[in-house]
Amino acid sequence: MSLGNFLQRAMSRWMRDGGPQDDIILTSRIRIARNIQDIPFPILQTQGHANQVLDTVRRAIAQPAFTRLGQFEMVRMSDMPLLDRQVLMEKHLISKELVDKPRHGAVVLRDDEVVSIMVNEEDHLRIQVIMPGLRLKEAWQLADQIDDALETEIPYAFHERYGYLTACPTNVGTGIRASVMMHLPALVLSGQINRILTAISQVGLTVRGLYGEGTESAGNLFQVSNQVTLGESEEEIIANLMSVVQQLIDHERQARRMLLSENRDALEDRICRSFGILAYARRMDSKETLERLSDVRLGIDLGIIKGVSAGILKELMIMTQPAFLQKYFNQELSPAERDVRRAALIRERLRMDNTEVR
Amino acid sequence: MLCQNCHERPATVHFTKIVNGEKSEYRLCEQCARERGDIFAKAVNSFGFNHLLGGLLNFESSPGFTAPAGKGLRCDVCGMTYQQFTQVGQFGCPSCYEHFAPRLEPLLRRIQSAVQHTGKVPARTGSHVKLRKDLERLRKELQQCVANEQFERAAEIRDQIRALEQQLGQ
Repeated sequence: MSLGNFLQRAMSRWMRDGGPQDDIILTSRIRIARNIQDIPFPILQTQGHANQVLDTVRRAIAQPAFTRLGQFEMVRMSDMPLLDRQVLMEKHLISKELVDKPRHGAVVLRDDEVVSIMVNEEDHLRIQVIMPGLRLKEAWQLADQIDDALETEIPYAFHERYGYLTACPTNVGTGIRASVMMHLPALVLSGQINRILTAISQVGLTVRGLYGEGTESAGNLFQVSNQVTLGESEEEIIANLMSVVQQLIDHERQARRMLLSENRDALEDRICRSFGILAYARRMDSKETLERLSDVRLGIDLGIIKGVSAGILKELMIMTQPAFLQKYFNQELSPAERDVRRAALIRERLRMDNTEVR
Repeated sequence: MLCQNCHERPATVHFTKIVNGEKSEYRLCEQCARERGDIFAKAVNSFGFNHLLGGLLNFESSPGFTAPAGKGLRCDVCGMTYQQFTQVGQFGCPSCYEHFAPRLEPLLRRIQSAVQHTGKVPARTGSHVKLRKDLERLRKELQQCVANEQFERAAEIRDQIRALEQQLGQ
């Protein structure tokens, strides 16, 4: 299969399409946690309870209120090979927890992979909507619809005072986590990022790396999300995040202009070197890949590199992950082999575009 | 100091192993430590979020705090004790929220912005809750309209409030 064909089939909509402000915002994501009345949370679940949850979800997604929202498929984690589970995680559709402990877990996926519902993870249900660009409100509206459709069949655990009840009290209330993945190379290059990240944590938001909790932020990518879930409405939570994100976007744009006007030679050198390495290197590890891709993407945004599609950062940052690579080359690969294949894949992808380096 | 294994990243895991009186020391970065197997993995991973939460929970019982008795608290429905909750950082079932309420409120005040949910209400499970919330919102809006002398709008809202009150009464 050619790379182009493989990409067509393997990519989620969020990896392929663009969206508002997508020179800085890669994705917008809404996740809501829900649980079913009178059934213990997954941590204390017996096989019987787990099946009860799975059956309830299966019924809920079969009814018309739900099926009119798109083409969905439900898959048990235990029916899926490890590699396929890892690919889903790399595409941000399921969590590491479901990959490592498939036990009673399942996922409901919409065909465009904009909607994914994790079943029997930390909570009975985790509804996720992921969209390209800055589209938090749109993502919330869709998540809200999915939630309403499920609720016509599923009696949710809800408390008048504490809201939607969740396994962990850090999610109780709205159960919502709204997050945006931001590409902030100029704020990093100009050394402003730490000051800004500290400020973010003081307004009830958190910053994480590419793959969530505890992961390091490689490739100048940052996930900004709300911390508090109880005491504010979903709209307030999203509006609060939006206003901070908009300020970050403004700062990043300003920093990019500054770099261009004051450090143009150094910046162009860095970007073109990274492009050269991606285009010709024979071995690439994941970390360097992300760093070089970040430079190239910045070069595309600033008009220094032309002819390369702007989606290349999003595409390749997922495509070059370990499981995805092995899926593409259709074989198990050691880390050293992966570095060689990764470099080959990147070269091939770059050759698909009519590149021109100014 | 750099990791003695990869010589790239800073060493953040310092580990001393004594086997038969023979002492060996390791200074590794987190990544290399994880790759070296179980014993390191445990040391690196043991300080997860749940432990942090657990620490926060036990903090109340430290000297100087008059904590409500949490020791004997136990959820009748799933059997989880408060002690277990502080260790895993997760409740056992939805009813735990009721059973642990006295201990829960101070915790929620610390990790959340308030203790009263103000967001979405499920249409089916919480229909009366939804009505009451709508009512509250309309009353606020009414006050504002009156303050801004938007009397026509205020009259509309007043009618909506009456209708809702009737529904609730039934």
